[in-house]
Amino acid sequence: MRFRPRVIPVLLLSDGGLVKSTGFTDPRYLGDPINIVRIFNEKGVDELVLLDIDAGRLRTPADIELLAEIASEAFVPLAVGGGIETVDEIRTLLGLGFEKVVLCSVTVERPEFVAHAAATFATSSIVVCIDVKRGRFGRREVMTRGGQVRHKLDPVEHAINVARLGAGEIIVQSVDRDGSMAGYDLELVEDIADAVDVPVIALGGAGSVDDFDAALRRGAAAAAAGSTFVFQGRHRAVLVTYPTDDELGGLTHAN
Amino acid sequence: MSTAIVDYGVGNLGSIVSMHRRLGIDAELVSDPDELARHARFILPGVGAFDDAVDRLDASGMRPALEELVIQERRPLLGICLGMELLADSSEEGERRGLGWVPGRVRSMRGSLPAQFRLPFMGWGFVTPTQEHPLLPPTDEPQRFYFAHSYAFETTADFLLGTVDYGIEIAAVVGHHNVLGTQFHPEKSHRFGMALLRSFDAFEVS
Repeated sequence: MRFRPRVIPVLLLSDGGLVKSTGFTDPRYLGDPINIVRIFNEKGVDELVLLDIDAGRLRTPADIELLAEIASEAFVPLAVGGGIETVDEIRTLLGLGFEKVVLCSVTVERPEFVAHAAATFATSSIVVCIDVKRGRFGRREVMTRGGQVRHKLDPVEHAINVARLGAGEIIVQSVDRDGSMAGYDLELVEDIADAVDVPVIALGGAGSVDDFDAALRRGAAAAAAGSTFVFQGRHRAVLVTYPTDDELGGLTHAN
Repeated sequence: MSTAIVDYGVGNLGSIVSMHRRLGIDAELVSDPDELARHARFILPGVGAFDDAVDRLDASGMRPALEELVIQERRPLLGICLGMELLADSSEEGERRGLGWVPGRVRSMRGSLPAQFRLPFMGWGFVTPTQEHPLLPPTDEPQRFYFAHSYAFETTADFLLGTVDYGIEIAAVVGHHNVLGTQFHPEKSHRFGMALLRSFDAFEVS
């Protein structure tokens, strides 16, 4: 059987619930995280990424009890992120049953922490998420703290740096496309996938299986999305969905 | 007698415990060598680096007891991921000797994959059985499992039970009598992983 790339729902935690944002603002309440994770698990999802959007922005501590319950409900690979800045936090989260942690702001503020984390844990358990916003004239800039802080840092350079320091995977997230369901920032995905050897996961803007396919053809190792797995129809009714094996069967890597 | 999940300080074992609980299989974490003999079968997990895992298994004091129960008494053992790699004679990742319970050696996949296949291999792969074995009974549905590794187990056809295609064909399941190993993580492979752990729970050496 042929290898099929991963398709990954990204779930945003805020104040004990799951939410979905648009352009990193306007979080809309979707439902109870345990319940939604259970549904994805039953649908045989490839993997789940959980991001606590309060922890990064407001520097609130992670809800360990909730995360522990989520981890014991999902028999699929799990990654968790949001405000992680210490080795102790990573150890706690991996101990709960998460395979991977997602580091974001800290990788810009203290890049050497990536090396420290990768040396302490397996490289494959350290994922770096790079949030990218396009400024005037389409110039790309790295954002941190949940899109609140803008850095004069080129995302491609940052990707090369964190890959060199030991990131096992890189999530490339377009802030502008977040929640738009209008397609990924494919140019950004391709530039980063070309620049590093580690798997690159596209995030931000996917609205269909065709969008996943487009990112994979431009060099992404996996395709991630939020809205497309939780909203249905023009009026964006909340409905948890995940494509069937048949629907995903045609996905393939770039050659 | 229940299953012992060998806890020698490597990797997160919570998911293995909770999947057994979900399946209603009696399984518990064991870190005391004297406790091992009370168990009918063993799961040897592992995440991280080869040498570190060998050292930790040695330091745990459980290795002699496992040798006795698995090699002398032939009680079933399932190695998972790095736990499977430990069953080999050696690994390119480290200097230490492996357990040598399944003939073979572990080699880096770096340099041997087509360009679009990146390392680590993190994702789902369809496993093709290469011989009849109760761990991988015939099914209508293709069996897919979650992999997260950069090294591959090289062995001979005798000890190869199933393969996965990640640009090249690599060992997904190995076995030698009562000693079995999966390169993938059954505890992260939802219904497919549950079926495999159930098969291991029923596995008897013929």
